[in-house]
Amino acid sequence: MMNFFKLQGPAARVAPRPDPRDIGGPRQPMLIARNLRKHFPITGGLLGRAVASVKAVDDVSFTVQKGETLGVVGESGCGKSTLARLLMHLVPPDSGEMIFDGQEVGARYGLRLRDLRRNMQMVFQDSASSLNPRMPIEESVAYGPRVHGMGRAEARAHAISLLEQVGLPARLFAGRYPHELSGGQKQRVNIARALALDPRMLILDEAVSALDKSVEAQVLNLLRRLKSEFNLTYIFISHDLHVVQYISDRVMVMYLGEVVEIGPVERIYANASHPYTQALLASQLHADPRNRVTDPPITGDPPNPVNPPTGCRFHTRCPFAEAMCSSTAPRLHPLAGEEGHIVACHMADPSSGHARAGRAGLDRLGMARPLAAKAASEPPCKEGLRA
Amino acid sequence: MWIYAAKRVLYAIPIALGVSVICFSLVYLAPGDPIQSLIPPDASAEDIAAIRRLYGFDKPVVFQYFDWLARAVTGDLGISLQSNRPVLDEVTRAFGNTLAIAVAAVILAFVLATFLGTLAAFNLGRPVDKIATSISTLGVSIPNYWMGIVLVILFSVQWRLLPATGMGGQGSDGFNWFEWEQVRYAILPMVTMAMIPLGVVTRSTRSAVADTLSQDYVQLLRAKGLGEGRVVWHALRNALPQMLAVMGLQLGYLIGGSILIETVFNWPGTGLVMSRAILTRDIPLLQGTILILALSFVAINLIVDLLQTLVDPRIKRS
Amino acid sequence: MSEMTTNHAIAAQIPGEDVPRGERRSYWANVRERLGHDPVTLFFMGVIGAAVGAALLAPWVAPHDPYATSMLARLRPVGTEGHLLGTDELGRDMLSRLIWGARTSLLMGILPVLVALVIGGFLGVIAGFMGGAVNMVVMRIMDVFYAFPSVLLAVAISGTLGGGMGSGLLALTLVFIPSLCRVAETAASQIRGLDFVDAARASGAPVYSIIVTHVVGNVLPPVLIYASSLISVSILLAAGLSFLGLGVSPPTADWGQMLSSLRQGIYMQPLVCALPGLAILIVSLSFNLVSDGLRQAMDIKS
Repeated sequence: MMNFFKLQGPAARVAPRPDPRDIGGPRQPMLIARNLRKHFPITGGLLGRAVASVKAVDDVSFTVQKGETLGVVGESGCGKSTLARLLMHLVPPDSGEMIFDGQEVGARYGLRLRDLRRNMQMVFQDSASSLNPRMPIEESVAYGPRVHGMGRAEARAHAISLLEQVGLPARLFAGRYPHELSGGQKQRVNIARALALDPRMLILDEAVSALDKSVEAQVLNLLRRLKSEFNLTYIFISHDLHVVQYISDRVMVMYLGEVVEIGPVERIYANASHPYTQALLASQLHADPRNRVTDPPITGDPPNPVNPPTGCRFHTRCPFAEAMCSSTAPRLHPLAGEEGHIVACHMADPSSGHARAGRAGLDRLGMARPLAAKAASEPPCKEGLRA
Repeated sequence: MWIYAAKRVLYAIPIALGVSVICFSLVYLAPGDPIQSLIPPDASAEDIAAIRRLYGFDKPVVFQYFDWLARAVTGDLGISLQSNRPVLDEVTRAFGNTLAIAVAAVILAFVLATFLGTLAAFNLGRPVDKIATSISTLGVSIPNYWMGIVLVILFSVQWRLLPATGMGGQGSDGFNWFEWEQVRYAILPMVTMAMIPLGVVTRSTRSAVADTLSQDYVQLLRAKGLGEGRVVWHALRNALPQMLAVMGLQLGYLIGGSILIETVFNWPGTGLVMSRAILTRDIPLLQGTILILALSFVAINLIVDLLQTLVDPRIKRS
Repeated sequence: MSEMTTNHAIAAQIPGEDVPRGERRSYWANVRERLGHDPVTLFFMGVIGAAVGAALLAPWVAPHDPYATSMLARLRPVGTEGHLLGTDELGRDMLSRLIWGARTSLLMGILPVLVALVIGGFLGVIAGFMGGAVNMVVMRIMDVFYAFPSVLLAVAISGTLGGGMGSGLLALTLVFIPSLCRVAETAASQIRGLDFVDAARASGAPVYSIIVTHVVGNVLPPVLIYASSLISVSILLAAGLSFLGLGVSPPTADWGQMLSSLRQGIYMQPLVCALPGLAILIVSLSFNLVSDGLRQAMDIKS
């Protein structure tokens, strides 16, 4: 289905262009997130004390290289959107740290929150509430520059130029109100608004999920074009695996607030190693009716994030779960022979003691493949080191 | 559900305390030295000094408040300047009279409003609906004290059917709802009082029933051949919790706001007591009446909330 | 931001997206348009306009001096030569007194709601948008005032203060602040969680700027609808206070007070004595119906 709309060919891993805003150099990741954690308390009882907490994001670490697109996938409720809001500091993280282009966010001599928000912006899911219904869209776009001190006329000119860039001719659209726009048009405004502060990085939270398929393809292509025009780095959050495959350079898979697998997009889609990732991919629908999915690859609902399962959080739904899976939580571990591909599964760790240890990614839901030859003596990848 | 009930009861305590703070500070709102408003103008110097000590006006305000609160809790609300009798006695005697017509008015309004509101909801947009809506708008727009006067003009002056004012020869002690000689005095105040709740409840019943009728399951009931009578019953049962809440609130408003109607009809309830207290600047009596009326409003709200949890299983959790 | 060249190519490639045509109008322009198609509301707006106009122009439109008493012409019926609506118990011209009375009655009805709208709306927006402890403190204080039936609170404050116009205005304002605050708080706390507010926060906007540009405009419609419905209540309450002798002091004309002082004449001239109440009813009814019309016009689902 996606191939039909692939107008611009597959994503090429672009080397970042030189950028006057650059501080740390091309090898310094744009963003490093370390051990981010957010638990939402649940109050109850007579005195309204916190009796439990929803572990929305639990100990999440990853990096985003300059100029790349990191796709984030997972079922709804796995913490993807909370992660986006944590990164923007729209909800304060309970713990963990963020390093933006070498500068620690919120630290004493680091990057101030206000400056982070100039450099990193977010595109919200198209919904009734993503734009102020009482404001012409031109003003919505100009609002950010205005609060950062740009003059009224200049901000307006800037907004008009951005609206043109996202494909909304100002003479037709600038004075319109959100209710006078279609979903795709609103999403273009959302993108223009995010670009208004001239950011270096965009977080796209389900940015195309609510759109029709044809509109979705247009907006995706727009995002690609803008990425190179504005020299952007993307974190692309979506539950749609086709879209993520289309736009991402690397993919991060989340389950119940935790990262279970990170890797280059082609490795993830060709050789998913975590049973959850495999199940997710197996649940994808094919355009070809002969490849119809008949058996549900994964059963049951995700467990309650208030009381996530002990050990590996996926063990309640995993076809390969053994006793150790419910007692010991697996750590993110580099996969043998695959650079930049890390997995949190006992099966991926030859020394874990799991019966299938070392065979992860080779069994696709029971379909055995030849064993990988290399031992796990490879140096751990950068994710593993930083985490 | 018990936790919710307990929470609701606990929550009423700070509200009641806040209410007592406001009532207490009323004395300080009154112009002049607060003691001036607590004593008869012809009091001797010793009396003034005694009262000053008694009320603790020589102590800081916070202590005065807690002293006052401690006495109020035991039922000591001071002495009325006019009658020289305990404020509590005056208020409780009058309270029964107010409660009598308020409850009667609420029941009358409830019955009429349920009928009108349901009728309107089943005939949305038709003339019946327009009439019901007009009645309800009139109910909330009409100055009820004026309507009382108009009723007096009609029923007492023109047609000489009902007495204009008062409560009859028996007074409040022997009032009996089953004796026409006495009830006839209560009819006009009761009808007047029922106007506002009639308007409010008709409106809310209409929207609650119309809301239920638009639900899919009601269509199903009809499709299954259920008679309209049963459909009405279903719709009403679903609207009941909301109507109960509105009714309870209205009862509270009537009891607390009875002053206008009781002044018009000279009905010896709490409103008339307040009216008299204002006229004679009897601050202890005024303060005590306001405190008791406000606290009873808090209590009614509490009871309504608890009843609503019983009736409507959906709000067992807050 | 350069590259203006590619725009038209992109603008052309928006197939499948419906492009709404026609005039684009703001929310308020839509409300005006919808009100324009509602004759009932327009009519009652006209009634209110006439009442307000008469009140403002009282010295010029009133046929007589509202204070000129006449022992000989007391309690004349409606339609008397020279006194279109009769005379009151002191022989003063009813029509003139009703026109002059509109001044105090409308002022006492409208001003408290306006002041309460500003104060309650401000507190509600702050409480709703800030949430947490600020919300807790503000709303619990409001709850205490809410625990009084409105008539009781108005009478309590105005009664202890000893009556008069100032105490009446103060009492009514205090009565309306809690409910307006609640409406504003509910609306503001709903808006707080919406994406466009998060987007504004994400752009680094300070709180006051978000409140002024994004919250107030969206809180205003529900609060205005509610406030318009309160004016009718306020007029009834204000007249009620005057009726109890807690309003302006005689001989200043005021509908509630006229109603009270005319009670002694109901046996002789019932119709004349009913007139002030009729005036209150007409104005209160008009405000109620206009409020309903506003509610319908402003309740636009986008």
